[in-house]
Amino acid sequence: MENTIKIKSRSVWSDAWDRLKRDKLAMVSLGVIIIYAVVAILSATGLLAADWDQKVGESYMAPTTEKISLLFGTDIFGYSVLRKVIHGTQIAMSVGLISTLIAIPIGISLGALAGYFGKWIDEAVVWFYTTFSSVPGIMLLMSIAFAFGKGLTTLYIALGLTSWVGLCRLIRGEVMKHKNREYVQAATAIGAGNGRKLFIHIIPNVIHLVIINASLQFQVAIKSEVILSYLGLGVTGQPSWGTMIDDAKQELAQGVWWQLAGATFAMFFVVLAFNILGDALRDALDPKLKGK
Amino acid sequence: MNGSWNYILRRLLYLIPVLLGVCLLIFVLFNLVAPDPAALLLGKHATPEQILEVRQNLGLTKPLYEQYFDVVKSAFTFDFGRSWKTKQSITTMIRLRAIPSLTVSLPAFVFSTILSILFALLVAYYRGKGIDLFVRVSCIAMMSISSLAYILFFQWFFAYKMEWFEILGYEPGFPSVLPFISLPIIIWVILSLGPDIRFYRTVILDEIYQDYVRTAKAKGLSDRKVLLKHVLRNAMIPILTYTVIQLPFLLLGALLLESFFSIPGLGDMTIEALNESDFPVLKAMAILSAVAYVTFTLIQDILYTWVDPRVKLN
Repeated sequence: MENTIKIKSRSVWSDAWDRLKRDKLAMVSLGVIIIYAVVAILSATGLLAADWDQKVGESYMAPTTEKISLLFGTDIFGYSVLRKVIHGTQIAMSVGLISTLIAIPIGISLGALAGYFGKWIDEAVVWFYTTFSSVPGIMLLMSIAFAFGKGLTTLYIALGLTSWVGLCRLIRGEVMKHKNREYVQAATAIGAGNGRKLFIHIIPNVIHLVIINASLQFQVAIKSEVILSYLGLGVTGQPSWGTMIDDAKQELAQGVWWQLAGATFAMFFVVLAFNILGDALRDALDPKLKGK
Repeated sequence: MNGSWNYILRRLLYLIPVLLGVCLLIFVLFNLVAPDPAALLLGKHATPEQILEVRQNLGLTKPLYEQYFDVVKSAFTFDFGRSWKTKQSITTMIRLRAIPSLTVSLPAFVFSTILSILFALLVAYYRGKGIDLFVRVSCIAMMSISSLAYILFFQWFFAYKMEWFEILGYEPGFPSVLPFISLPIIIWVILSLGPDIRFYRTVILDEIYQDYVRTAKAKGLSDRKVLLKHVLRNAMIPILTYTVIQLPFLLLGALLLESFFSIPGLGDMTIEALNESDFPVLKAMAILSAVAYVTFTLIQDILYTWVDPRVKLN
């Protein structure tokens, strides 16, 4: 054993990271997402914009560069729109993160079980996700949000419960393909059990789908928060991008555009970044799909 | 031929467990998880006797399996009972409301599909060049703006400020309806362009690298002819299936557009029901949209096997 030569192998991940690094647009997007995440964390810990419910001036002051808090103007109560945008960032990022964290375990476990064991387990899982995906997205989202009552927790649950189907389908299909591959047969030959084959051998080979999916799911959740908040099913008692855009419905006719602009632009950059990063991740992690 | 009939029959039978599942999902959400409708209807100061009476009238004191059976029955008979708010029969409401929805969604769908395919052909023709990159980036950028922001801005700018269209409302009848539906249709088309162009571009590019394209070019056909005659025809298969699956959503209308422009369609009705906690209408719309969706998925599957004989019927 002492004579074994150790070759430093390059993992798929470092390969993918190298490919991703070459994509400048993707790296900028990653930077944007990190900035939003930092802002969200600072806001959540109370270090930034914790005083969003303090008056900084008159009602509906237009944006001015005199004071940082007035950069985006004020709302009807004289609150700083900039601080509301920052607080909204915290809401948006946490909605994206938590709903994705709810969807991923459901998607992976059901998809893997169905793909690996097949037979009645597969049929049951396929029936389960067909049922979920048969109610059109917005109707299901509304029904779940309505049933659980409005609030932030409801947003997490509703978006989490509606976004696992795509991932589950993908994982099921990939696991099905992988379970008859030679490396799994080899694992069977040395006596690996089902659990070991599935968790140690197969799942690491399909996990990249989770990352691609999560990146795209994140922005869907951010966009849905806005719609659900407009429908009165989302956040209450604190500002979010959705409630800000909802306020703008009454404000535009009075010439107050800054609340709409602030929330829309804040949302635009992060959703755009997730869209670009999602595409780039797919190219980097799944070279077969490149260009599709 | 026998095989395909078998397949259709099997797919039809599969609708039953799926619809039962949908009913179960809706039953769980509205009958188990949702807050007590009796309390919602009566307000805070209701006595327990009043609540019990309302619960009895609504059929909520029945055993759970009977309540579930009621949901199933409504899905198969399309009899959804009456709205709590307007006391009208929901089936009649749906029939009346479907027309304004389709008046907006059908032309919007036709325009956006044609426009997206044209754009996709254009960028596929110039693939890898500046215009292709520009359109691709614009698509992603357009998809990153909240649909609410589009609606608010367009309604404020084009209807309120420029006064080119009516701000909101609806008047049935052909020319009189136009000022009300034009702007919602334009917004619908703009909202669909991003995802649609991206999808059609992928579909067309998938075809462009096939052998038959090389053959067609080798025999001297111009690029344009190859694209329009050969590629587009073969791309019709995914295009057809993609458009068919969008049809049930046309019936549902655009929830937000209808609500912003006060178009008395199904989407507007659904949002009203949501605000009024009108359970039966919400349930009916959830069931109806699911039935429409599974029906059109079935049609999509059948079309797919019919237009593409290579697809195996399993």
